Amino acid sequence: MDTLLSILRSIHPEVDFELCDTLIDDSILDSLDIIAIISEINAQMDVTIPPEEIVPENFNSAEALWDLIERLEDE
Amino acid sequence: MLFTSYGFIAFMAAVLVLYYLLPKVCQWPLLLVASLAFYAIADWRYLFFIVFTAASAYLIALKLESIEARRKAILAQSPDMTKEEKKALKARHKAAQWRWLLLALFLELGVLAVTKYTNFVLENLGKLFRDGRFHAIDMIVPMGISFYTFQTVSYVIDVYRGKQTAQRSFLKLLLFVSFFPQLVQGPISRYGDLSKTLYGPHPYDGKAVSFGLTRVLWGYFKKVVLADRIITAVTALIADTAQYTGTYVFVAMLFYAFELYCDFTGGIDITIGLAEAMGIRVAENFNLPYFSKNIKEYWNRWHITMGTWFTDYIFYPISVSKPMLKLSKWSRDHLGKAIGKRVTVYLSCFAVWLATGIWHGAAWNFVVWGLMNFVVIMASQELEPLYAKFHARFHVKGKAPYEVFQVVRTILLMSVIRMFDCYRDVPMTFKMVGTMFTRFNVHVLWDGSLLALGLTGADYGVLIAGFFIVLGVSLYKARRGSVREALYRKPRAALYGVMAALALVIVIFGAYGVGYDSSQFIYNQF
Repeated sequence: MDTLLSILRSIHPEVDFELCDTLIDDSILDSLDIIAIISEINAQMDVTIPPEEIVPENFNSAEALWDLIERLEDE
Repeated sequence: MLFTSYGFIAFMAAVLVLYYLLPKVCQWPLLLVASLAFYAIADWRYLFFIVFTAASAYLIALKLESIEARRKAILAQSPDMTKEEKKALKARHKAAQWRWLLLALFLELGVLAVTKYTNFVLENLGKLFRDGRFHAIDMIVPMGISFYTFQTVSYVIDVYRGKQTAQRSFLKLLLFVSFFPQLVQGPISRYGDLSKTLYGPHPYDGKAVSFGLTRVLWGYFKKVVLADRIITAVTALIADTAQYTGTYVFVAMLFYAFELYCDFTGGIDITIGLAEAMGIRVAENFNLPYFSKNIKEYWNRWHITMGTWFTDYIFYPISVSKPMLKLSKWSRDHLGKAIGKRVTVYLSCFAVWLATGIWHGAAWNFVVWGLMNFVVIMASQELEPLYAKFHARFHVKGKAPYEVFQVVRTILLMSVIRMFDCYRDVPMTFKMVGTMFTRFNVHVLWDGSLLALGLTGADYGVLIAGFFIVLGVSLYKARRGSVREALYRKPRAALYGVMAALALVIVIFGAYGVGYDSSQFIYNQF
């Protein structure tokens, strides 16, 4: 989770990712941010997020994104 | 049958009356018959193309689903499967699904490519070789093919991704593909959204009908009173590139921005309003785009369904594809973290904007238009740290005058890029835009020259009044929400009064003239 938080903070340092759960709903993350995050996750955590998983529910909070990463690692 | 023709208005009225008179079970079949009739009236040959696209999507979506069902059945029958065996099974079935998906894309996008782009390729080959071997041929380009193809492709991909179950009824799927209000200029609906309300049943709902018809009238007002009026001046300004230079180009740019807005949003209002009157919810395509503070925001508010389509089905798949992630890793290792982070986003954005340009039309001006959008979006992305410093230094962020400046800047920027769409010729567009800065004839704004563009003083009066009405409604919507809801809370006469007033204004001030033949909607050609 620490790696993920550091990835997210490197993209939006002004956001409190431990509390915010409306990253997509409030347009904090846009499509360019999402791709940057996915690319960093792939580089640093060796997890590939497929396009069908790029839905608001998976990116609205750091926790939801972490759940997705765990699920993908598990599959 | 144009939306603005008397024939369409009669057709729309007949469908609406029958829709509520017939038993509810007949509602969606009536819409299917009406949609096919609407298409056949335009050209009966179009029907072959749309039925082929719907049929291929229907069969392949069922096949995709059956492959997934087989995988699940195997899993259910083999509870002792190891994780690796499950992975291998999934990979095998996914590969089979992938082959079927490719076939669907080949068939559907193939029809689009052949009908819409053959002549573009032939003409360019002709220019390249100059030996007479290549020349344009007589091709049928089915009306609305770009819209219904994208809609169908999204359906098949969503089934492939497991986000959507396949439609069991071919006729219901055909209705989704051919639904007549949105057939010719969108919005590009997703099956998961539209299917929730498309098939009914819908009991008569007075509020939905009056709300829908108010929106239809508002759409006609923007199209027939404003867009079809100002087009006269725009056409005159663009036609004579020798005379209309300098300030005239600036005027053409702003007039075209207003025309396109009224034309496209007007058409979409008619589409969404008509569907709303039948209890069907069609996705919104605009969210006050001219109030955007930057180009990225503008593209989140203008032609929304096209933007989300390109994001979901081109931008994300390319960005997270294995080669792209490998390239990103390689760039990170060899060129540094900063470049590595940007490579994926830049290449994917480039592909999306190239595709967006080509989707808009088979011509170089659209390709350049798309790439100009790419350049500006990437430049503003790179300049973001600079903007942040500027905002922190001068404390202007969120201040009204600065926001007005941002909005005006975005409108001007988008309007300049749109000149490629206007002049339809790349070198000519650069030349004409250049004259805005080299020829100083600002006096044409007040010396009566604008009255020689086919518009009278009265026409300008109507346009100015219309501009302020549109602006007022937009500001109300931005600050307080739905205008129709506000009217509905007042005595019923208020809403009906507005409907009657709109109808009257359309009849009296519609740009009909002698031998009236309303202009085609700009987005019909895409």
